[in-house]
Amino acid sequence: MIFVEARSETHWYHEWVAVFVALSLTVVTASILLAAMGLEPVSSLQRILIRPLNSVYGVSELIAKATPLITIGVALALGFRAGVWNIGAEGQLVMGGLCGGAVALAFWGVDGFWVMPLVLLGGSLGGLLWGAIPAFLKVRFNANEILVSLMLTYVAILLLSVMVHGPLRDPDGFNFPESRLLHEAATLPKLFSAGRGHLGFIFAIFFALLGTWMVKRWHLGFEMRVTGLSLSAAKFAGYSRDRTVWTALLIGGGVSGFAGVVEVTGNIGQLVPNISPSYGFTAIIVAFLARLHPMAVIPAGLLVALSYLAGEAAQLSLGIPAASTQVFQGLLLFFLLGTSLLVNYRVRFGRVT
Amino acid sequence: MTDSVANKKRLSASSKRCIGVRGLTKYFGDFAANSAVDLSVDEGEIHALLGENGAGKSTLVKMMYGILKPDSGDMDLSSEPYSPDSPSHAKRAGVGMVFQHFAVFDALTVLENIALGLEGKFPGAELAAEISELCERYRLHVELDRRVHDLGAGERQRVEIIRALMQDPRLLILDEPTSVLTPQETEQLFATLGRLSDEGRSIIYISHKLDEVRALCDRATLMRAGRIIDVVDPRQESTRSLGEKMIGERLKETKRGKIKKSSNGKARLTVRVGEVYPESSRSVALRDLYLSVAPGSILGISGVSGNGQDRLFDVLSGEITLPNPDSIMLDDLPIGHMGVEQRRALGMLGAPENRLGHAAVPDLTLWENIILTARHTRGILTNKHLISGPAARRFADEVIQTFDVRTSSVNAKASSLSGGNLQKFLIGRELLGRPKVFIVSNPTWGVDAKAQLFIHKMLIQMADAGASIVLISQDIDELLSISDRICAVCHGRLSRTYPTVETTPDYLGALMLGQEVDS
Ligand SMILES: Nc1ncnc2c1ncn2[C@@H]1O[C@H](COP(=O)(O)OP(=O)(O)OP(=O)(O)O)[C@@H](O)[C@H]1O
Ligand SMILES: [Mg+2]
Repeated sequence: MIFVEARSETHWYHEWVAVFVALSLTVVTASILLAAMGLEPVSSLQRILIRPLNSVYGVSELIAKATPLITIGVALALGFRAGVWNIGAEGQLVMGGLCGGAVALAFWGVDGFWVMPLVLLGGSLGGLLWGAIPAFLKVRFNANEILVSLMLTYVAILLLSVMVHGPLRDPDGFNFPESRLLHEAATLPKLFSAGRGHLGFIFAIFFALLGTWMVKRWHLGFEMRVTGLSLSAAKFAGYSRDRTVWTALLIGGGVSGFAGVVEVTGNIGQLVPNISPSYGFTAIIVAFLARLHPMAVIPAGLLVALSYLAGEAAQLSLGIPAASTQVFQGLLLFFLLGTSLLVNYRVRFGRVT
Repeated sequence: MTDSVANKKRLSASSKRCIGVRGLTKYFGDFAANSAVDLSVDEGEIHALLGENGAGKSTLVKMMYGILKPDSGDMDLSSEPYSPDSPSHAKRAGVGMVFQHFAVFDALTVLENIALGLEGKFPGAELAAEISELCERYRLHVELDRRVHDLGAGERQRVEIIRALMQDPRLLILDEPTSVLTPQETEQLFATLGRLSDEGRSIIYISHKLDEVRALCDRATLMRAGRIIDVVDPRQESTRSLGEKMIGERLKETKRGKIKKSSNGKARLTVRVGEVYPESSRSVALRDLYLSVAPGSILGISGVSGNGQDRLFDVLSGEITLPNPDSIMLDDLPIGHMGVEQRRALGMLGAPENRLGHAAVPDLTLWENIILTARHTRGILTNKHLISGPAARRFADEVIQTFDVRTSSVNAKASSLSGGNLQKFLIGRELLGRPKVFIVSNPTWGVDAKAQLFIHKMLIQMADAGASIVLISQDIDELLSISDRICAVCHGRLSRTYPTVETTPDYLGALMLGQEVDS
């Protein structure tokens, strides 16, 4: 039989050792998979992991991909610390994109410095609303937020699809399910001469700083942490679980919605049926890769963004299906969870006596 | 030197050694929690481990049980080298342990909790029958299908004892097992331990209750600051001499001096509640909750653990709010509907029985734990929303200094403190807030003799300064020595209140069993 036993002593650096081991195992496993497909692992890995970053264009693309991952990852890290499992960031992102995009389209052709803030606000409110639903159901009926937020994701995706097929469709767009292209005043500026890296990345960094500050200095952040660690101590301290649930899901929803509208206005430039390659779900991996530390979300987000680029590069230069991105990310999450178990536990083989 | 002492005091040369420990050393960072500790326990011996809070007793037995790895030194068990690398290894080798802090799962039933401690057992009827048989044999009463969540401290302790006994250990380690037991329960436990020792099993017994140690144990090892200082025969010592040897200084008794007769004193806190319904069918309903405490007086509430003390504490602290504001009055202010934070702002502070997980968060540092209840004082929260780390650290440091809490620094995790030191810290956290009303549950549970006196002195000082204190406790001596008036809670029902001078231990015992005697 195999036994899993609690470790007697743990050290803070064990966590980061575990992260490093998980990353190494991911690369090793990916090499084995590549070899099994008849490709030479080292040069293949070099082609998909290193070469995409060899140009301004590549870095700019990396930043574009990392932007939503970091933004959402920070918000999820805060919520997960509080023991609120918001799995539906993807849906909140989509609602943010949809609502923000709708605001932008409503003011289409209107110039003014206030248009962009209004669009961003619309998007954040859309996500906030989507996060409020699981919060309300949890507080009122004790409904599981994992299930509710997850299922609402599919509702949001379908809603976006309905809208771009119907009311928000470009009147001159030959019936394609796409909105008009957003005008200049509702578009975020690019950061580089090449690629799609845009101002949203600066916002993402800002969120990471804000999140760090919140964890360290803001009492509400402390309250959430205590609630996540021990409900009965929280009760004794006079902290309310309901407030934590609301805060975690409203922050998660609002920030994911913001990430959604930033993606639409900074990257895509119009509403389309599919505005996110699962950034909202991937951000869960990012949050855990960062061990729920808001600052660590930045490198974690960049690293996972690289896996998207690697997937694209694999498709283009190695002829492997694009789904390899998901295999990559799946491996990473698998090894992360596996090794994080080993931070606190160890495995022993033996017999029952 | 310690060796020679140990040899001199050996009981009889003929008895065989069960466990032996030589030169065991354990550092936490730079701090030596154990240095070169030698200990030997014979088969069938009941061996006491004594020492003040933080002396390193728990650390020593945790190494024997494979929870901590010694930095150096070695052990043998039944003449074979023994170096457990995990509790399950220790269990297989025949070492059982009952922890100072509960190690049970709240959400599971008693049966499931016991099954979890046993490898390869399933919580079915077969196991239930085995457990019932064992309980019968050692006269330990528990209801197997109750959730641990709904049990009082004494009952939880019993679950742990049963779980350890189920493994049929040859060495049983008990870390302050009786701190929460009633005298009757303690007596039963002693009978059980006596039987175990007759069967040839050895017992290591850690306790701060020196009279118990004298009644029960064959030998006692005294520890101070991580070292063995003496091995004595507790039967040859008085409780006092034992305490003084252990602490290394003389002890003075605390007694509530002249009680200020508050004849015209209006009650500070008045509670009038007919009934508080339980949240689940398994927890205890509170009935006939009528009590009042005058400024400057200490009301003692005695009772066998699990009779509703937890809920009583919650009702008073505000963790359970009542629909009718008038049911609790603070001076002339109705506060029954107010939550914890509001009541705390009015000067009602409390320290619950369960330290880790209720009064404090184990994984947070001491200064962070300060924020839990003291955040509205001393500028710990600036602008109501921002935490000032330096202010919280200063307060934590003040508590540590004032209450002589032994710890590495304010950055130590609450879980790393020894039981008694954590308790001093948590009581200190509230007392420095100068409460008007202080509600405290089992304040000296697991606290060494010196600290016990200190906490009692602090409580009395608070009362003399005009605070009203509600002392919920299972320690009859404590209640009789420091409270002005006493009542008891039994099956959730509160008895009438009597002046302490008119009660005796026997009378109190009857009250605790719900037998109201009319005078
Ligand atoms: N994990 C840890 N990290 C750091 N220090 C620790 C840790 N565990 C224990 N200590 C320190 O080691 C010392 C001895 O602790 P221990 O728990 O063994 O005391 P004890 O004799 O059992 O006291 P008590 O009677 O209060 O239970 C204490 O000062 C404590 O703060
Ligand atoms: Mg201890």
